[in-house]
Amino acid sequence: MPAVAMTVNGSKVSGDVEGRTLLVDFLRNQLNLTGTHVGCDTSQCGACTVLIDGRAVKSCTVLAASCGGAEVTTIEGLARNGKLHPMQEAFREHHGLQCGFCTPGMIMTAVDMVNRKGKSLSEETVRHELEGNICRCTGYHNIVKSIQAGASRM
Amino acid sequence: MTETGIGARVARKEDQRFIMGKGRYVDDIHLPRETYAYFLRSPHAHAKIDAIDTGAAREAPGVLAVLTGEDAAADKIGGLICGWMIHSMDGSPMKAGPHPVLAQGKVRYVGDHVAVVVAETLAQAKSAAELIDVSYTELDPVVDPADAPKNQSLVHDGIERNTAFEWSLGNKDATDAEFVKAAHVTKLEIRNNRLIPNAIEPRAAIGSYDPAEEHFTLYTTSQNPHVARLVISAFVGIAPEHKLRVIAPDVGGGFGSKIFIYAEEVVCLWASKRIGGRPVRWTAERSESFLADAHGRDHVTTAELACDRNGKIVALRAHTIANMGAYLSTFASSVPTYLYATLLSGQYNIPQIFCEVDAVYTNTAPVDAYRGAGRPEATYVVERLVETAARELKLDPAEFRRRNFVTQFPHQTPVIMAYDAGDYHASLNRALELADFNGFAARKAESGRKGKLRGIGYSTYIEACGIAPSAAVGSLGCGVGLWESAEVRVNPVGTVEVLTGSHSHGQGHETTFAQLVSDRLGVPLDQVSIVHGDTDKVQFGMGTYGSRSGAVGMSAIAKALDKIEAKARKVAAHVMEAAEGDIEFRNGSFTVKGTDRKMGFGEVALAAYVAHKFPTSEIEPGLKEGAFHDPTNFTFPAGCHICELEVDPETGVVTIAKWTAVDDFGTLINPLIVEGQVHGGIAQGVGQALTEGAIYDEESGQLITGSYMDYCMPRASDLPSFTLGFVETRCPSNPLGMKGCGEAGAIAAPAAVMNALTDALGVRDLPMPATPQVVWEVAAARQAAE
Repeated sequence: MPAVAMTVNGSKVSGDVEGRTLLVDFLRNQLNLTGTHVGCDTSQCGACTVLIDGRAVKSCTVLAASCGGAEVTTIEGLARNGKLHPMQEAFREHHGLQCGFCTPGMIMTAVDMVNRKGKSLSEETVRHELEGNICRCTGYHNIVKSIQAGASRM
Repeated sequence: MTETGIGARVARKEDQRFIMGKGRYVDDIHLPRETYAYFLRSPHAHAKIDAIDTGAAREAPGVLAVLTGEDAAADKIGGLICGWMIHSMDGSPMKAGPHPVLAQGKVRYVGDHVAVVVAETLAQAKSAAELIDVSYTELDPVVDPADAPKNQSLVHDGIERNTAFEWSLGNKDATDAEFVKAAHVTKLEIRNNRLIPNAIEPRAAIGSYDPAEEHFTLYTTSQNPHVARLVISAFVGIAPEHKLRVIAPDVGGGFGSKIFIYAEEVVCLWASKRIGGRPVRWTAERSESFLADAHGRDHVTTAELACDRNGKIVALRAHTIANMGAYLSTFASSVPTYLYATLLSGQYNIPQIFCEVDAVYTNTAPVDAYRGAGRPEATYVVERLVETAARELKLDPAEFRRRNFVTQFPHQTPVIMAYDAGDYHASLNRALELADFNGFAARKAESGRKGKLRGIGYSTYIEACGIAPSAAVGSLGCGVGLWESAEVRVNPVGTVEVLTGSHSHGQGHETTFAQLVSDRLGVPLDQVSIVHGDTDKVQFGMGTYGSRSGAVGMSAIAKALDKIEAKARKVAAHVMEAAEGDIEFRNGSFTVKGTDRKMGFGEVALAAYVAHKFPTSEIEPGLKEGAFHDPTNFTFPAGCHICELEVDPETGVVTIAKWTAVDDFGTLINPLIVEGQVHGGIAQGVGQALTEGAIYDEESGQLITGSYMDYCMPRASDLPSFTLGFVETRCPSNPLGMKGCGEAGAIAAPAAVMNALTDALGVRDLPMPATPQVVWEVAAARQAAE
């Protein structure tokens, strides 16, 4: 099995992976970073979204072996020195989550959205940008509010 | 109201772990020496199994076991059950076909469980499953429920006409008599489309057997772990209850689909024993969720409403064919019967109602409760009939509703329910105001100038929740009581642990239940923890569904808190050397009336545990109380949802312009959380109306909509932000006055959308889901006609 080394949440990690091992499985099963979730098999739901070199990527569509040398940030890596990321805070404050399963992917997508679109996001922009993330609990109302609020504080 | 008590908009306590990625769902849990299960599923909708050759699979690398239905039978593993007995009109009991955990002799839907492979890795299990050679003789599948009774093919041998039961409710003759003399009759043919619940966390299970103790542990994605333990013990026969622990940790949404007891969780337990006690884990792929989670709805209904010449409703009758799928799932039989026909009176005074329900088997996945369960189907029937009747009678739909609203309480409907409290005029009026109904005509004209069609539709719904008095549901066929239990443990330092039989899988119980404790005991929210989802910790409980956790679960906690307070008063009286009657308890402090003597709740807790200052022959040491609460009635949340939408006739795309919901849930514990429940429910209802529909191929019985590429889940861009309002009439049947809020949106929304859409398009009826294709065809035909 090929070895792969990458940086995950600021720490250098390495491991042996099969060629077919997906990044999400490497994160969940080998690094025990279970905050990144698998909600579908077809790259639609977005629960597995992480940042690779600063861009939001569905980690179920990426082979772990292809991430050699990459900087990966998962939901576990957003808080710094015990302080929540503003987007995490915003989701809590605005009740942007219910069962919590899609939440890590939503938050990572939201961070990426702000990185690309800036801190002032219209409702229409947020809704359009959430095309790749499915939530079954919230009806998106409070997710949209959370992202707008979190964006303004980033 | 305190800052954290009843009625406070408190941010959720449980969110900390979820937003940090520290939630603990079943698939996040790993046990030492664990193994992986993979299920070989039927590729056919209906086939006889001639032979299963597992030889090559058993020899494959890493394989520990390959098990089939024959092995399950040999080990006396019982089948799955349906826990609600329905009797047909002729008095015969429902005909439940056998539901083995692995197929025996026949497969009955695509996705049915044929065999399981247990291996060291998931990849090895999957690879080995490909080596299992199953010889099938294909049989004609029964796909269309309306055709099922006539179909020569039988899903279950010996169950004639593929009919599980033919049930009715109401007085047929009296209802028919009203129709004969009615001034106006409105009739609709309604298909309540089949839905796939799609909690974003797929189902998962880990079964673990300890040979030394002959004890099993099951981690599972369940809304009711105690019910799972009961069924797996008493009916499947895996182990007696004290030898089986069921843990439902963080669960990523349920919407009904995780109430039921499924084959996979049973097989993981059994397989663990078969391989000597190594844990066996399984997590569904999404495609398995589509195939083998219990689906929802799927009613084919003919419904009629009779009115007199004054626009008063005099009778309603309906005939429904309810698709049960291939097997009767855990509570499937209750959904199209006592959760459906009992709500056909809606918010209206309808003197006569009669409903007949034929429950039929088809070669499709089992159908059971999905958010709302029967009540969305009833609301859709009633609200589409009412809207259509108003249009036919040339009456304003709001005025027609007002003319027929129930206004006196209690109100006995002709279909069992006794509505206890409500104000339907208030919710309709408030909704019209919030929706700016007066500005609608101008908005419609503006849309018209842009070439768009605008419509508005109401849904004044009612539901029966909190299910329900145990004796009542027992008399209707339910195999269990539907009370709830709670235990309140006060620690010596005054912190509080509440053990509840309710289960939170997104509803925020860790916050709302703690708010109740904080409110009652004056203890800060962060000093209260809520424990649920583990049969070794919580004595027993009936779980969370039917919007029952507030009305029933919190009522049990409230009763336990009453006992805690009563005992704490005794302790405080002794310690402060006062008469018990002189003790007052307010804001977390016990005081002696007319004096400055005072003890905090924590001090009394400590005194209860050190037990130095009261006679332990009269008062036991400690401060821990339990309670079971059995409700005295259903609760009746109700309200009015108004959908305003715009259709682009060129593309068929429907845009929801404005959504207004005014709901009466009785007392609100945490409005922030309640609003979230309403939002989510509306989204699911809009999904049913516009985007979602499970489709099986009529010829082959293959599920066509088996992934998120084919089954259209509502996205953020499909929905607007919602405008919410509340009316509050207290529920008289529980101590907190709560009615329940979890399902309202899903119940109300489909009719509101379709009433608005038919208004916009100027057509009498449309099928759900009204996808752009459906809408475009209607719009194009309309334009061609013009």
